[in-house]
Amino acid sequence: MNGQPKLSCHNVWKLYGPGAEDYLHKNPEATLEQITAADLIPAVRGANIDIHDGEIFVIMGLSGSGKSTLVRCLSRLIEPTAGELHFNGQDLRRVSEREMIDIRRHKLGMVFQHFALLPHLTVLQNVAFPLSIQGQSKTRAEARAREVIRLVGLEGRETYFPRQLSGGQQQRVGIARSLAVEPELWFLDEPFSALDPLIRREMQDEFLRLQALLKKTIVFITHDFDEAIRLADRIAIMKDGAVIQVATPEELVLNPASHYVEEFTRHIPRAKVMSVGSVMTRCEVGQSDSAPGDGGPGNGDQVATIPENARIADVAHAVVSAAAPLTVVDETGNTTGTISREAVISVLIGPGPAP
Amino acid sequence: MALPRTALLWSGLFILTWLLSAWSKSLAEAMDLSWMVKYPTAWVFPLKDYISGAMRWLVEDATFGLFTFTDATRALAWLIEKPYELVRALLSSGFERGFGRDAVQIVPPLSWLAVLAGVMALGHYARDWILAAIVGTSFAYLATFGQWDSAMITLASVVIAVPIGVAGGLFLGIQAYRHPLFDRLLKPLLDLMQTIPIFAYLVPILFMFGFGPVSALVATVIYAMPPMVRVTTMALKAVDPEIKDFGIMSGCTRHQITWRILVPSARGSLMLGVNQVIMLSLNMVIIASMIGAGGLGFDVLSSLRRLDIGGGFEAGIAIVILAIAIDRLSQAFAERDGNTAPVSTEISVLRRHPRSFIVLAVLILSMSIGQFAPMFQTYPEAQTLTTGAFWSETVKFLNISYFDQFEAVKIFFLKGFMLPIKRFFLGIPWPWMIGIVVLLGWKFGDWKLALINGLMALFIVTTGMWSKAMITVYLCGASVLIASVIGIPLGVLAAVNKRAGAIIGVVIDTLQTLPSFVYLIPVVMLFRIGDFTAMIAIVLYSLTPAVRYTAHGVASVSSELIEAGVVSGCTRWQILTRIRLPLALPDILLGINQTIMLALSMLVITALVGTRDLGQEVYIALTKADTGRGIVAGLAIAFIAIIADRIISASARNARIRFGLEAAHD
Repeated sequence: MNGQPKLSCHNVWKLYGPGAEDYLHKNPEATLEQITAADLIPAVRGANIDIHDGEIFVIMGLSGSGKSTLVRCLSRLIEPTAGELHFNGQDLRRVSEREMIDIRRHKLGMVFQHFALLPHLTVLQNVAFPLSIQGQSKTRAEARAREVIRLVGLEGRETYFPRQLSGGQQQRVGIARSLAVEPELWFLDEPFSALDPLIRREMQDEFLRLQALLKKTIVFITHDFDEAIRLADRIAIMKDGAVIQVATPEELVLNPASHYVEEFTRHIPRAKVMSVGSVMTRCEVGQSDSAPGDGGPGNGDQVATIPENARIADVAHAVVSAAAPLTVVDETGNTTGTISREAVISVLIGPGPAP
Repeated sequence: MALPRTALLWSGLFILTWLLSAWSKSLAEAMDLSWMVKYPTAWVFPLKDYISGAMRWLVEDATFGLFTFTDATRALAWLIEKPYELVRALLSSGFERGFGRDAVQIVPPLSWLAVLAGVMALGHYARDWILAAIVGTSFAYLATFGQWDSAMITLASVVIAVPIGVAGGLFLGIQAYRHPLFDRLLKPLLDLMQTIPIFAYLVPILFMFGFGPVSALVATVIYAMPPMVRVTTMALKAVDPEIKDFGIMSGCTRHQITWRILVPSARGSLMLGVNQVIMLSLNMVIIASMIGAGGLGFDVLSSLRRLDIGGGFEAGIAIVILAIAIDRLSQAFAERDGNTAPVSTEISVLRRHPRSFIVLAVLILSMSIGQFAPMFQTYPEAQTLTTGAFWSETVKFLNISYFDQFEAVKIFFLKGFMLPIKRFFLGIPWPWMIGIVVLLGWKFGDWKLALINGLMALFIVTTGMWSKAMITVYLCGASVLIASVIGIPLGVLAAVNKRAGAIIGVVIDTLQTLPSFVYLIPVVMLFRIGDFTAMIAIVLYSLTPAVRYTAHGVASVSSELIEAGVVSGCTRWQILTRIRLPLALPDILLGINQTIMLALSMLVITALVGTRDLGQEVYIALTKADTGRGIVAGLAIAFIAIIADRIISASARNARIRFGLEAAHD
């Protein structure tokens, strides 16, 4: 998380109702109750978010929490009532309509909950659509479209119409279409919510595979906390239009900012979010038996080591079945501590060790 | 439940009104209040004279600085006339040089075989061989029954009117979608356009464009366009907001959003609008011939005037057949949307467009052989069939043999049913009637509805249209009563019995495709002119919605409620009367509402068979080219329609709220 954020929003508000702008101007600190009393509908209240290059940033909230409105404010599909938006340092709320169209054409991509495919176009034409809007030639646009269609695993279905595809396949088209222009910033608005649970799981894997390949900056909206935990680098939790906590999945589970967040995290198996580093017994850095470089789980002739940033659930089997505590190493291979069977088991079956 | 008390109140009011109506004349004489029964001529506000004056000023003196109003209308006329002449030359008259009798045909029109091949190819392209066969048979019928030339003139006007109507409707609809203010301004205008009888605006059009095909085309476009505007706005609004968001996110300009995202996504619904425009244009064919359109409409009209039953019937059937062919074609095009596989560009041009090549071949062959053997060019007259004589003979036979029976039926209905209703409405003093209309508005709607009702009724009185309006109400009321008595049971039957439903569905569909004029012909044949004939024609024309809405309402009662009824031991009859019918009431009311609207629009057409209502007033205004008179009478009809519509819609809404089908406040 270095340098300037890719996208940053500062104190963004969106109120619906007559005279919303004036009201907010006079009461910049209005509370939820005050806004409702003034007959306005608060959709987003004073949201502050910084999204960094290459991260998957998930905005999580139940329906009506304002997450969809917030992402539409970020992409300026909805004009915020107040607040600042910066994309690559550029003030998004000051750019002209022409410039905004240009930014959208080349730098932004979006995937929609109900796919939003154009019913009268084939898969190929749908994916090529954003390119042809820019005025690219048909052959060039279609060549690029075929490329992304292959990337999402739909080759052979180029001439199908959207309604001839299953939900999962339709969303693959949606994903391919949003990737066709090689966006710098990728919005996904509940992309998997309309799919069956099994397909949803499969699409999440597919999404992670694509991200490992493409390394986009991603804003991902969901109402499913499990999905958020699974995909996110960082999560923002929204309630009643306000962002109540922004944190990594692990921090959310370990230190929920409010009772509300705790409610969500209660049913999350801790092993899935907690890292080895948070439960290991620390020792002096560098106090290593093995030379840097040949570490790594199951590697070498010595005792296996495990990475510090691995999730407990992923290494539990190795730790529990090992005779002695395992050595934990950081990214450079330096030993940072050890992890015992007891520590892992207490994460798996009971509340974690008291901090 | 205060229902019994309200019922008592309304029936009491009805009895009072009836008594008042019966004794009003003597009562008024006794109390020296004759102005209450008959609105004094001296009090009439001469609105129609003002309108006529304004119209005259517009045509004679109005100017926009650089050009006059007349210049503008002439330019518009030219824009419409040129393409129409081209299409008509292609289909019917051929290209000529010179004028009048000296005209020499340079190029003949398309041969009948080529047109036939063309429409069949369209049918095959749009769906399959079956549709091609249906369309082909229809056009072959036109040729063999000697209706070809007239049908081609009619087709030419449809070919011109429909694109103008569709493009205009699309444009206005998109504007209304983009600018909510424009939408709000347009809506009441569209409401009025659809309730004002067509005849009323024929007069000003006649004034501006003169007698001829241009006037007819303008009138057709004005009549056929409103549904397209509505359908466009609604279809665009119904496009998934996510799809619109996608358009914005991929960086579409406003223009691209409209034409590459919204309009194509809404294509299915838009095609329904196109179909509506086509059907309304065909519906207008006969009426348009009153101001100068030739073709089948003119044939029907002139036969009707000559009481040439056979000729009118044949031309009428030809219109129906043309309408069915075009309707099926356009529907197939609407449904075809998105069902095509992209054609590979590697095969030859000929293989890619087989139909176009066949049609082209037929065209060239038939037209070149036609130079020597004319039967390939124009269908030989000697080979035409006619059933005109048969129909005339049949009617003559029926009238001679069963005259007494028909007469008995007619007199029975006139004496026992129609005349009492007529006397009832004509007898009610106008202040009392206005009071009732206001009361109804207030009871079912709110004070706003009451006010609007009162103002509209007052307009009718003060412009001196009262007694004619009451005759309109009587004729319309009697027809709607009969249409409901026939239509509601049919609708119930269609909903509860599948086989009956299928048959009724087909009949109703056919009834709806027929142009309104066609209903007049057989009825005039049997009952000659007069109110009874008018009533039968109106009933036939307006029956459809009563059946359809009832069937829909009865069929869409939730199956859980039916099951609840069965479980509590209801007989079939009880299920029908206790569960289905009460719950279908809002739908039935809306059906009756639509029936009233159709009845009012048919009323004007029945003026041709000698009624004495507002429709006749409009018709007379047309023949005398009296703009003011036509518009005022037309507005009066529109106001009657609006009053009825608002009261019934409000009560249907009340019923829905009572059943919890709709929230009390929206």
